[in-house]
Amino acid sequence: MEIKILGSGCKKCNELEENTKQALKEIGLDAKVIKVTDFKEIAKYGVMTTPALVVDEKVVSKGKVLKKDEIIEILSK
Amino acid sequence: MFNWINNQIFKMEWLSNLVEKFVVNICNLDINSRLGASIHFFIYDSIKIFILLSVLIFLISYVQSYFPPERTKKILGRFHGIGANTLAALLGTVTPFCSCSSIPLFIGFTSAGLPLGVTFSFLISSPLVDLASVILLASIFNWKIAIAYVIVGVILAVIGGSTIDKLHMEEYVEEFVYSSNQLDSDVDELKVKDRIDFSKQQVKDIVKRVWKYVLIGVFIGSLIHNYIPENIINSILGKDKWYSVLIATIVGIPMYADIFGTLPIAEALVAKGVGLGTALSFMMAVTALSLPSMIMLSKVVKKKLLGIFVILVTTGIIIIGYTFNFISYLFI
Repeated sequence: MEIKILGSGCKKCNELEENTKQALKEIGLDAKVIKVTDFKEIAKYGVMTTPALVVDEKVVSKGKVLKKDEIIEILSK
Repeated sequence: MFNWINNQIFKMEWLSNLVEKFVVNICNLDINSRLGASIHFFIYDSIKIFILLSVLIFLISYVQSYFPPERTKKILGRFHGIGANTLAALLGTVTPFCSCSSIPLFIGFTSAGLPLGVTFSFLISSPLVDLASVILLASIFNWKIAIAYVIVGVILAVIGGSTIDKLHMEEYVEEFVYSSNQLDSDVDELKVKDRIDFSKQQVKDIVKRVWKYVLIGVFIGSLIHNYIPENIINSILGKDKWYSVLIATIVGIPMYADIFGTLPIAEALVAKGVGLGTALSFMMAVTALSLPSMIMLSKVVKKKLLGIFVILVTTGIIIIGYTFNFISYLFI
């Protein structure tokens, strides 16, 4: 599984990254977390509000900092 | 009845009286003394702004949850010409917006084929005319000023955007913006609970982001109010000084603060005899243009377009300032 955090490096993006890492740890999933800060890359996903969470190239959330539990719910699907 | 609501709820006279009691009885200070009046201004304004801010952002975020940028983009795609610019400026006031999202939003709008000028109308009005700031303006000044502020803000956004349209600046946008092939992402369907959660989260985020600016603003405001001699302020920013608006605008441009932080400063300046237009110019310059936002924009547009954008907005703000100074007798 490959997880991407889209965001220009603002505070919220770091929070989302942190929450994602904690979620992965909690469910014992070993996935790569990549931070995408390049606008060109971000634009490719059609995201207009950052931060966004991308799981296996699919945008699962945008414009908000998901909480750890919400991320676990998404990842367990 | 309207007066009562206005005075007690928006202007919070009860709070002013309460803080006055605190200053007089507990701090043992004369309310008319410098220190007493400063402390009163600081406590009363801070509490008032935070209460209004929290309640307003909650209500407004609820409305905003109906207008995610994806939907705004779709709505705008159906309009053309100046109608599209006007609508963009109006939607800019209700679309939830954070300056760190301005670039993805710019790319999203532009690559979806929206005219450049329409996108700029949106980008100008979004930080400038915020629903919460309008109600704060009404609370600190009055409703006439608040409504006039919205109208001139929207007009500035429409004219700024239309001018960029007329100048055909498309080639001054970085290539990759057009080539980024955007998927048409769906608008998430939200339940009432989602909207309430979103609104609560917005209150938390915004209060967390702006509390510093508010306190600094109120602090500077209380200094201006009581410590800086009126004649010094008036010699630089006085109503009779032709250069007052110019100075206020130029000082405000590089500054980055939230509109909520600049309001108490504007309030104190007006109380000291500075022209209403001068104070509004300062507020608009601080919120509409700032160094961080220009650095962000420079990543997607070339220098020439950025320069034109800054010049257009600056000129607009200066004109608005002089106009308001000229007709301020209608408002105060």
